[in-house]
Amino acid sequence: MAAASLKIPGFGGTAWAGLAFLYAPIVILIVFSFNSSKLITVWEGFSTDWYRAALDNDDLQRAAINSLIVGCGATFFSTLIALPTALAMHSRRKKFRSQQAVHSLIMLPLLIPEVVIAIASLSFFTAIGLSLDIGNILIAHIVFCIPFAYSPLHARLETIPPSLFEAASDLYAGPWLVFRHVTVPLLMPGIFSGAMLAFITSFDDFIITEMVAPPGAMTLPVYIYSMVRRGITPEINAISAILLALSMILVLSSYLINQKKTS
Amino acid sequence: MRFLKLSPAYLLLLPFFIIMGVFFVMPLFLIVAYSFMAAGPYGGVVHQFSLDAYLQILFEKDFDGNLHFSPAYLEVFLRSVKLAGVCTLLCVLAGFPTAYHMATRPPEKRNLWIMLVTIPFWTNLLIRTYAWMLVLRNEGLVNNFLLYFGIIKEPLPLLYNGFAVGLGLLYSYLPFMILPIYSSLERMDWRLTEAAADLYAGRWQTLFRVTIPLAMPGIIAGSVLVFIPAIGSFLASDLLGGGKQMMLGNLIQLQFGFSRNWPFGAAASVILMAIVMLGMMLMARKAKDVKGLV
Repeated sequence: MAAASLKIPGFGGTAWAGLAFLYAPIVILIVFSFNSSKLITVWEGFSTDWYRAALDNDDLQRAAINSLIVGCGATFFSTLIALPTALAMHSRRKKFRSQQAVHSLIMLPLLIPEVVIAIASLSFFTAIGLSLDIGNILIAHIVFCIPFAYSPLHARLETIPPSLFEAASDLYAGPWLVFRHVTVPLLMPGIFSGAMLAFITSFDDFIITEMVAPPGAMTLPVYIYSMVRRGITPEINAISAILLALSMILVLSSYLINQKKTS
Repeated sequence: MRFLKLSPAYLLLLPFFIIMGVFFVMPLFLIVAYSFMAAGPYGGVVHQFSLDAYLQILFEKDFDGNLHFSPAYLEVFLRSVKLAGVCTLLCVLAGFPTAYHMATRPPEKRNLWIMLVTIPFWTNLLIRTYAWMLVLRNEGLVNNFLLYFGIIKEPLPLLYNGFAVGLGLLYSYLPFMILPIYSSLERMDWRLTEAAADLYAGRWQTLFRVTIPLAMPGIIAGSVLVFIPAIGSFLASDLLGGGKQMMLGNLIQLQFGFSRNWPFGAAASVILMAIVMLGMMLMARKAKDVKGLV
């Protein structure tokens, strides 16, 4: 592979520099979350005080609970909607007309700038008088999580040989049995990684939540944003570091599970 | 009519159509409708046809109702297009070599690289943007470092300017560029580069005449994925631009928050979507040309 002609001078260096660029601010943030000084970017000594302060913060806890409720709800419902959608798009019968149009519709939330989705949802909820507290946030999240839950499912379905379904039918399994004992087990990795991506997407969302959230209902990113607006504190660093660690654990586990299942 | 015969495929799609139709497509139409209405005095809209929202983007109304050209909002539009364009270009320049390096590693190392690039992609954008505030502030790391070694006497104003916003955008969306380019490079038939070498093409000639054209679908996909969120970006310009580098995302958010001019915000959203669609069409055309080449 690594034939001489494939090496382009400077490309390796750019790649490493790119990696350093992606990680430097994250590493700096984590390092300074353990700084005992209130002066944030002046190192004074190791301390976990800011983590204690973060964990004792009641508002933060409420925001975290909201984030979890919305995240889990959006994950569950977007997966529940994405699964039949992916199955329909993959139906073994001859491709139905307008399949391309449906595919575009599924991916549409990725092609509309988030801020537009945010104000559109806000206007719509106001227009129909929908006020379900964090339910409003949940509904908005379900919609833009669907493409994330869908993509791995769709990709996974493509890899399953149709002969497996045919074999099951030949053995007199009805459509429901095929679904339960063949389709779902085979799709599990796709369901799992789609759900994971949907959860992270919901959990990290800021602008849509900020716009549709009724007064007082906060999620973690909205709460952190309001803190940042009031001024940079070491406590924000600690909270951020916890969230970074959570996201990384989720991505890593999704990656590892996928790796194991595909090998 | 054949269309009315509900096939199982359509039944399975029903929940998706209902949710998407009600909570996504209808709100978008509502925004288009709002952009042609008059602003309510305390937010919301007055249900009467009006083009004021669109006129307001270019003109300012004085007390007598005369229109005067005012470039303030036009500047926001131009700045957004410029920053998103520069960001996309820089992402290609940094992303292609990175993806190329990744694709030419042995398979087990490739997976590690993919994971390393994917992790920032899935970490919280707000936090990643905030991290740059720590780095760029007057009392931030870069300034502290330079002051400590006596390279500068006064802290450099690194934060709250166009540079900081551009850097933040580049940082936010670089993985969106690397991953699609990587996947098109990975699928590429590398024997073609060997063939080029056998025909006495140098490494640069091979790169520009074989590898880059073959990776074009990835570059185009990456450009779409970077340009769309970058032009509508809210956080980078809000946190790193400090209100002085307003972009379309901030302008729109402001109309539905503090300024309470919904039709104007809706009109700006419609134009933003139009810019995105135009960009996509240009890219799609480019993609077609590329396909024609191969």
